[in-house]
Amino acid sequence: MKVVVGQGSCGVATGAGKTSAEFERLIKEYRLDVEVGKTGCVGNCYLEPVVDVYGDAGVLAARYVKVQPEKVHEIVEKHLKNEKIATDMTISDEDRQFLEKQRRIVLRNTGLINPENIDEYIAKGGYKAVEKALKEMGPDGVIEEIKISGLRGRGGAGFPTWFKWNAAKGNKGKNKYMVCNADEGDPGAFMDRSVLEGDPHSLIEGMTVGGYAMGATEGVIYVRAEYPLAIHRLEIAMKQARERGFLGENLFETGYSFDLRIKAGAGAFVCGEETALIASLEGERGMPRLKPPFPAEKGFWQQPTNINNVETFANVPWIIVNGGAAFSAMGADRSRGTKVFALAGKIKKGGLVEVPMGLTLREIIYGIGDGIRDGKAFKAVQMGGPSGGCIPASLIDTPVDYENVTKTGAIMGSGGMIVMDETTCMVDMARYFLDFTRRESCGKCNYCRIGTKRMLEILERITKGEGEDGDIEKLEDLAVRIKDGSMCGLGQTAPNPVLTTIRYFRNEYEDHIYRKKCTAHSCRALLTFTITDDCRSCTLCARRCPVNAIAGERGSKYVISQDRCIKCGKCEESCNFGAIVRD
Amino acid sequence: MCENRGRRQSAARDFAELAPVLDKYGHVPGSLITILQKTQDIYGYLSMEAIEHIAVKTGIAAAKIYGVATFYTQFRMKPIGKNLIMLCQGTACHVNGSAALGEAIGEFLGVRDGETTEDGLFTVNNVACLGCCSLAPVMMIKSAGGEETFGNLTKEKATEILKEIREKEREVRA
Repeated sequence: MKVVVGQGSCGVATGAGKTSAEFERLIKEYRLDVEVGKTGCVGNCYLEPVVDVYGDAGVLAARYVKVQPEKVHEIVEKHLKNEKIATDMTISDEDRQFLEKQRRIVLRNTGLINPENIDEYIAKGGYKAVEKALKEMGPDGVIEEIKISGLRGRGGAGFPTWFKWNAAKGNKGKNKYMVCNADEGDPGAFMDRSVLEGDPHSLIEGMTVGGYAMGATEGVIYVRAEYPLAIHRLEIAMKQARERGFLGENLFETGYSFDLRIKAGAGAFVCGEETALIASLEGERGMPRLKPPFPAEKGFWQQPTNINNVETFANVPWIIVNGGAAFSAMGADRSRGTKVFALAGKIKKGGLVEVPMGLTLREIIYGIGDGIRDGKAFKAVQMGGPSGGCIPASLIDTPVDYENVTKTGAIMGSGGMIVMDETTCMVDMARYFLDFTRRESCGKCNYCRIGTKRMLEILERITKGEGEDGDIEKLEDLAVRIKDGSMCGLGQTAPNPVLTTIRYFRNEYEDHIYRKKCTAHSCRALLTFTITDDCRSCTLCARRCPVNAIAGERGSKYVISQDRCIKCGKCEESCNFGAIVRD
Repeated sequence: MCENRGRRQSAARDFAELAPVLDKYGHVPGSLITILQKTQDIYGYLSMEAIEHIAVKTGIAAAKIYGVATFYTQFRMKPIGKNLIMLCQGTACHVNGSAALGEAIGEFLGVRDGETTEDGLFTVNNVACLGCCSLAPVMMIKSAGGEETFGNLTKEKATEILKEIREKEREVRA
C-alpha cells in the first residue's frame, strides 16, 4: 500500500506537511509496510489536505479529504491496518465531480505523480515527446504539429505559438535562447505555480522540444521569488533530467545539446512584458523597450529569443505525443485545446480547473465551482487581472475563449477567475487594480506613470464619498489617453478594470458620487452604522468604540452618534446579538 | 572614478560572507539581480555600504545598482525583524477582506506596512500575490526556520498565530 499526500503550496498551507509526518510516525509505530509519498496540487484546494491511498497494484483505493494531522490516526487504524475504508472522510460524489467535469491536459500529472521523482514522470510517458521530436520529427515537423494543434500563448495575449517559434527559428544568431516566463505576476492567479510545483518535468520537456524547434542553445526559466517551493522542485527536476540525459550535451545521441537554468525574478509585474523580462534577465531594471525589433530577432543579449509561459510549454509534450489534431479537436473556434483557470474569490469550491475552451462562465462557476458562497448573489467575475475586467452576471453565458472574453472588455489573461458577490464594491475593485498598476508602472511612459496616478486619485475620492459631478467622464477620458499613450501592454490595458466597471456598473459609480452610498456596503467612509431594536444594552460596543461615539442606558437601546463615528466597524464586530447594522 | 573607488574600499565592513558570491557572479554579465538577492539573503536587507561594496567589486556604478534595487519589490533597504510577515494583497485576498486583516495585524503589532516592531521580532510587508488564492486571505511568515503559509485567515486566527510566535521567541530569549 502507498499513501500519497498532496503537497502543493495550498496543501502545505493547510497543514499537509504535518499530516504527512503524522502518517510516517504512525506507520513506523505500527510497523506497517506502507510507503508515504507526495504529490502536487490535486486541484480541489477547498478540500486540502488531500490524501490518496493506493492498493498494492497501484490502484487508487480511496481519496480522503480535509485530513488534518489529528485525523490521520483514524485512517491508519481503519484503512492501513484493517483494510477498511474510513468512509466518513472520503471525498463525496459531489466533490468528485469537481474533477470529473474537467479535461486535464496541462494538469495531466499534477496531483498524481511525485514531482520530485523523475521515474514517476517517465512512467506516465514522460520524455517520450522530446525523444519523438528529436529522433523522428525534426524542427519543421515540430513546428508543423504545433501549428496543427492551434496552440496559442497561455500567458494572456494568445499569440500563436508556432508562429513565434518559427520566427525565432528563421533568425540567425551566435546563441539562441528559449525563455520561460514563470513570473506569474497576476494577483489572483496560481496555475503556473501548480504546474511548477506539481509537474516540473512537463515544463522542462516542453521547453526542450521548443528549444529544439527554434534551434536554441540554452534555456532560462524566469520564476518569481515568491514561489520558493516551485524553485526548489524545479532545481530537483533539472538535476534529475541531467542525470538521465534529458538535458545537457548530445540529447538522445542526435547531436542536439540543450540545458536550462533558473533565474529568480525580483518582483515586478511589468516583467510579464517580453522586452522588460529580457532587461531583467540581463540584470537591469525591468523596463520595456519599443518593438520591433522583436525578441525573435534581438532578444536576450541581442540574440534571437523566444518567450512562452509555463502553461503553454506544459501543453507541448502532450501535443507531440498525441498529435496536433487531437489537441485541436478540443475547444472552440480559434481557441483550441484546454485552459487552466484559478477559481477563487467568493466561490464555494475554489481551486484549479482545466476545461476545454468554449465552456460558458456559468458552466465553470456553477457547474464546477458550485456557485457562490454563503447563499449570496453572484455579481461579477474578474478575468485577466489588472489588465482585464469585470464581467457582470448578465453575461454569465459568455463562452470562455479568447475572442468572446475580449468582446466583454475583459481579457482571457493567464487564467485568474475571481468571483465576486453582492458585497463586493465595483468602484473599490477598480480602485484596487489601479492602485496595483500605478505601483507597478515602470514610469517610462508619461501617461502610464502619471495618468494611472490621477485615475487612482479620482477613484480614491469617489470611494471616500468625495466624488464630484464629471468624475466618471474624467476617468473615461484619461483611460483612452493612457491606452493610446503607453508603449507596452501594462499601460495599454491598465484602464480596463475601470472601463469595464463603468460600462457594466455605472449605477454604482453614480450611487457613490451623487447619493454618497456604497450599495455593496463595502466603502467604509460611506457607511452608516446603526443599532437596531435587538440591542440588549450589554455595553460591549460602547466599551469597544475607540472614539466614545456610543452611549445609552441599561435597559434601553444604545445609540451611535453619527457625528463622532469614525466608521471603524469595531462595534459591529463586537456585538453578540447582531444588533448593529451597516447601511 | 579611481579616487572614488579607493574611498569606498576603506569602508568599515569587510563583507566577508559576500566574497564567495562576488567571486562566482561578480564578473558574469547580467548577474546583478542574483548578487543583490544573495546579499539580501545573507544580511536581510541591502545597506548602502553593501551596495557600495558590490559597486567596487563588480565595477558597476553604485547609482545603477541602487536603481535596480529600488525597482524591484523584493529588495529592502532597511533591516527586517526575525519574522517577516508577508500579507497577501492579491485579488482573491482583497475580495476576502485582506485590507481589514492587515489593519488588525498592524494594530496588534503596533506597526504599519513596511515597518518593524520595536522588539525586532516582526516586520510587516504587504505583497502582491502568494498564489494561494483559494485559501484567501493568506499570509506567509518567513524566518530563519523557513517559510510557512497560513490560509483562510480571520483577524482572530492571524493574531493568535502571531501571539504564539511572540511567546515562543520570548521563551527562547528568557
